[in-house]
Amino acid sequence: MAPVNTTLYLDHAATTPLRPEARDAMAPFLEAAFGNPSGIHAVSREAKAALEDGRERAAALLGAAHPLDVVFTGGGTESDNLGVAGPSLASGGGVVTSAVEHEAVLETAAFLGRLGKSVTVVGVDANGVVDPAEVASAVGPDTAVVSVMTANNETGVRQPIAAISAAAREARPGVLIHTDAVQAFVSEETTIGSLGADLVTLASHKFGGPKGVGLLHVRRDIHLEPVLHGGGQEIGRRSGTHNVAGIVGMVTAMEAAAKDRDRFRTDVLVARDTFEARLSAAAPEVIFTTPVEQRLIQHSHFRVPGVDAETLLIRLDGLGVAAAAGSACHSGAAEVSHVLLAMGLDQKAAGSSIRVSFGWTSRPGDGEAAAAAVVECVEALR
Amino acid sequence: MKALVAMSGGVDSSVAAALMLEAGHEVIGVTVKQWQGPDGQLPVTGCCTVSDAEDARSVANRLGVPYYVLDHVEEFTREVVDHFGSEYLAGRTPNPCIECNRKVRFGVLFDRMEALGCEVLVTGHHARVVGESGARRLLRAVDRSKDQSYVLHMLDQPRLDRILLPIGEMDKDEVRGCAAGLGLRTASKPDSQDLCFVSGDYREMIRERFGDADRPGPIVDIAGTVLGEHVGTTRFTIGQRKGLGVAVGEPRYVVSIVPDTGTVVVGPRSALLADGCSLMDVSWIAGRAPRDSSIQIQIRYRSDAAEARLVETPEGWEVWFDTPQEAIAPGQAGVVYRGDQVLGGGTIAAALVGAPA
Repeated sequence: MAPVNTTLYLDHAATTPLRPEARDAMAPFLEAAFGNPSGIHAVSREAKAALEDGRERAAALLGAAHPLDVVFTGGGTESDNLGVAGPSLASGGGVVTSAVEHEAVLETAAFLGRLGKSVTVVGVDANGVVDPAEVASAVGPDTAVVSVMTANNETGVRQPIAAISAAAREARPGVLIHTDAVQAFVSEETTIGSLGADLVTLASHKFGGPKGVGLLHVRRDIHLEPVLHGGGQEIGRRSGTHNVAGIVGMVTAMEAAAKDRDRFRTDVLVARDTFEARLSAAAPEVIFTTPVEQRLIQHSHFRVPGVDAETLLIRLDGLGVAAAAGSACHSGAAEVSHVLLAMGLDQKAAGSSIRVSFGWTSRPGDGEAAAAAVVECVEALR
Repeated sequence: MKALVAMSGGVDSSVAAALMLEAGHEVIGVTVKQWQGPDGQLPVTGCCTVSDAEDARSVANRLGVPYYVLDHVEEFTREVVDHFGSEYLAGRTPNPCIECNRKVRFGVLFDRMEALGCEVLVTGHHARVVGESGARRLLRAVDRSKDQSYVLHMLDQPRLDRILLPIGEMDKDEVRGCAAGLGLRTASKPDSQDLCFVSGDYREMIRERFGDADRPGPIVDIAGTVLGEHVGTTRFTIGQRKGLGVAVGEPRYVVSIVPDTGTVVVGPRSALLADGCSLMDVSWIAGRAPRDSSIQIQIRYRSDAAEARLVETPEGWEVWFDTPQEAIAPGQAGVVYRGDQVLGGGTIAAALVGAPA
């Protein structure tokens, strides 16, 4: 591999470093405590104890009614698949979702559409916000689940998820509400009560846990068709041998993130606001995609008219600065974001948009440094 | 020097990147994503596929250089694929790789080179650039069997000033040996022959994409006698012998295609011969036409250049062969050489019979 010379990491929304607490908590389960929790002997019991301890701690942090309302999965994408397809496949009902959802939700909805379920995708306003009334009017008698994200992974725009939940339930009592809270958890107090949702997706690596593990909050009384079939782990909702080390790491990172949240908010807010102020001063033509009030505090999303995003990012990379355009995709090429198009940006504006996202390792001074780097590149390009 | 290396995932551009690095230059590797499958990802088969990009990425990682995929699907679709289809439907035989070089690839790469603060663009083409700034010359590759100077004839002096073709000095075995020595996974990869936007039969692709415009019509002989019918002109190219669907004793070849009426004209091999061809969109490497009119002309990517004479007309340029040439396909590039040197070229507009006016 090429040596990594990145000195300023501004892509925490893509993934963020492992917290030391999480790494330390995982270590025993990568070594002596290697057991499969689904067994009868002492080695299994040790793993099972750690697994269920983790479940209780996660449930407590989320304000879940019962530990078994927490289902451990292989990550955010799997949780979204289970959270959207699970209720639909179980009841035969359809899905109402929004045009700015993560692909894990939108592609699951498209898959359900191919299976003949009804799928409605509601639009957003120019700031990327979903209107609760529009969701409510899309909910019909055969709607099984409404899925709207807590905050957007690209723009950081927060959705009025509690109002959406209430409006959808008023339209159809008993309709299930799923929300992808993957981006929000690290910076916003996230509980089942505050979201008003039945099903909540979290991904470990977005708040300082390891990759390849996530969870779905789903109450025990909700009937869910599993998407992974097999040995019936997680009370039949998610088969597959438990990733014990990953789960322990995730839960520890959740606790660390919750404990660190006030400090995080203080430092990141300074970094983000300094970044935007300095960038605006040096490049007054900069356009921020949405007002700050709409966004999570760690996201900055902007474009500089006439400056191509891909070229800017490559230049930044050359300076050791890691940022993103749109969302990461498999081929490594930046593709025009469906989120920005849904907000009414044209191809050109969408194609020149950049995301800078701060995280738990960001220092208040990173905003200044980030602005200096972006300004240097912008000046070379315009 | 800071160099932008266009990496296709093939062995030639892999070695080009390695040689630049070895010579002490700073290297940025890029792959231009030109075409995508229906899922928006790189195509799975053909050229410039997902695995080609992964090969390029693997080589870049091995060499320790940054590597990026640049998305230019939109321009490529507009300028190359749609053009390819409309030319085909107009009865011509376009060369999409040259169209791509002319309208997309080099424009994109030189623009990026500048935007990224690089001083030079490096590609893995088998061709050579020699001479001083302002008087650069483009020459055939040392390895004549791999020569690609034909597809580079549209380069001008400013671009030749900023392009390096390190592979042009090497033969293919040397290139492979070099790649193997560096442990690059592309060392034994076969040369790509496919069009990047076609997997399988390109005629089928044209019918799928532009099918409504495919014209059925008569198959006639040179005298105009109708020999049969066909379901669409895209099924034919100039010089084609097989699959004509008419039986007339001796071998028959497609001599011309008249798209307006959907007529396909077939004739004996001798009817494929032409005395010359006219060229359009001509450009000259030196920035001006050669003074000496005796030149060689290459009318296909893989063919020898033929001795000919260059004649300027009010409409443009004509080339008259010393001995008649077979199967002139309008739409292909006509590239003008003198010995190993590319003088320039253009697109073949029409075959000519007779003698210059």
